[in-house]
Amino acid sequence: MIKVKDISKIYQTGTVETAALANISFEIKKGDYVAIMGPSGSGKSTLMHIIGILDSPTKGEYFLDGQKVSQLSEDEAAEVRNHKIGFIFQAFNLLPRTTALQNVILPMRYANISVEERVEKAKKYLTMVGLGDRMNHTSNQLSGGQQQRVAIARGLAMNPAILLADEPTGNIASAQAEEIMKIFEKLNQDGHTIVMITHEADIADHAKRVIHLKDGKIIKDERNGKKIKK
Amino acid sequence: MEDLIETIKESFGTLTLNKMRTGLAILGIVIGIGSVIALISLGQASQKSIQNSIQSLGSNLLTVMPGGQRSGAIQGPSGGGTTLTLADAKAIESTSKITTINSVSPELSQRSQVTAGRNNTNTSILGVYPQYSTIRKVDIANGVFISQSDVDNVRKVAVLGPQVVEDLFGEGSTNVVGQTIRVGGQQLKVIGVTVSKGGSGFQNQDDRIYVPLSTAQKQLFGVNYLSSIAVEAKNANVMIDAQNEIGYFLLEKHKLSDPANADFSIFSQNDILNTASQVTGTFTALLGGIAAISLLVGGIGIMNIMLVTVTERTREIGLRKALGAKKKTIITQFLTEAIILTFTGGILGMVIGVIISYILAIVMSLPFTISFSAIGLAIGVSGAIGIIFGWYPAQKAAGLQPIEALRYE
Repeated sequence: MIKVKDISKIYQTGTVETAALANISFEIKKGDYVAIMGPSGSGKSTLMHIIGILDSPTKGEYFLDGQKVSQLSEDEAAEVRNHKIGFIFQAFNLLPRTTALQNVILPMRYANISVEERVEKAKKYLTMVGLGDRMNHTSNQLSGGQQQRVAIARGLAMNPAILLADEPTGNIASAQAEEIMKIFEKLNQDGHTIVMITHEADIADHAKRVIHLKDGKIIKDERNGKKIKK
Repeated sequence: MEDLIETIKESFGTLTLNKMRTGLAILGIVIGIGSVIALISLGQASQKSIQNSIQSLGSNLLTVMPGGQRSGAIQGPSGGGTTLTLADAKAIESTSKITTINSVSPELSQRSQVTAGRNNTNTSILGVYPQYSTIRKVDIANGVFISQSDVDNVRKVAVLGPQVVEDLFGEGSTNVVGQTIRVGGQQLKVIGVTVSKGGSGFQNQDDRIYVPLSTAQKQLFGVNYLSSIAVEAKNANVMIDAQNEIGYFLLEKHKLSDPANADFSIFSQNDILNTASQVTGTFTALLGGIAAISLLVGGIGIMNIMLVTVTERTREIGLRKALGAKKKTIITQFLTEAIILTFTGGILGMVIGVIISYILAIVMSLPFTISFSAIGLAIGVSGAIGIIFGWYPAQKAAGLQPIEALRYE
């Protein structure tokens, strides 16, 4: 599903070169649930941007769903993101003063899906995340947890190859964070591939596999059979 | 198509969020388009008014004026030269050398103070022959026009235009015939009132007093020249022949051999019409040009507000790009917003411009004309302004990098 090969990302400030990522390689299989962990400055945000095709690596190759996506033009990248990646951001990033339904419809508008189908799918995914009764609430009328659930529904809208979550519980209360984690688990059971960036160990524990990053390198990669059930 | 409608709906939604700002941004375009339409309509109305009053004088009319001929320019005001006399007019009428004319009207025009009772006005006094009324198409509403006998006997009589009646005797006065007016110490008896021609502005034919030519020359002004001779050609097709015949005849009579030294000029109504149209056309273009500057300022206002919008919505743009919006999509979104702004402004400005030109037409008693070309232009221009001034902000929005934009606080 995801194949990352010798990826480096080097930032140049004047004459000084800083490697945010240094020769990273790994693969993620379809249906897996992977957490990428690390302290700030470990390169996990850079990695998330590359996996999300929001940025391209300085060196190395990246294959997503069999397609080489490491060096795409801006519009090509937009199209791949639209079809293959469901983003879930720390700050939710819903359109302000826009209904939950319209927010979920947004990515489908960029993919020439018919209006009827958009609405039908958006309703289906909103119901799935438990917001069937709040579809016409605007984003500022929803709590943080509810907003993140709208964002999950939006991420699912295009039925993407991977769900890419960047600190999905970073901005919400812990009780609601648990709910988000339960939704993730259920989605994973249904066959969705999830990649989650986090610096919180108890959040990472929900994943089947944890990749630890430090100073732009993978320091630990464990498939954790000893997951704690709460 | 569905997507376009959705984009337009979404833009309306965004624009109505900040009504005050949107309103102020639109105001610049409203003022610009409104003033372009109002001023162009005003210019065209006065042009039409002048053309109407010139055309109402007749299409087969030639006017001989004193003073040399200069190409492309109307000679100074009538009375500016003293080279034409009644003898010239009579000779033109009686000679066998000129075959293409019907009748001749010698005229002397001067402005003077006129009083009646306690009222007074400053108006044009025209010394005329009876032919004047047929050649210049003057109709009598009350009483009679100047007769040949009035001219022969130097009678102290006058025919008033309706505007003069209003100024001297008050609005709606009917029993004016038989009253007396004073012009420069002379008492004149009113024998008639002309029908209103509704003229205005430069050539108001209602604001005139007609007296016998002999009375004007001998009793009122003490001069022996004419300010013009109006000649009616047999028909509109022989105008050039008539112009040539009169020209050569007068040259000979004035003992001039070189036409370049002529001490008179001959104009047809068309010459005057063309010159007047040229002048008012320039005037209209000037007014339109001044108004266009305010439109430009309005356009810059739109660009300014769109740039602010792009900065404010950086995160939104980043999100849209992350979710798969291509450059074209973002450009379309922001251009749509800009065009909606300018187009709404254009429509409002058009309505206001038409209302203003209607009010101006009433106040200045000009014919009310809606200039459809100006309206088409205004709509086209307001759309174009949206594209021109929305382009740069839209490009700026589309050029944002999604990671940078998402990170922006």
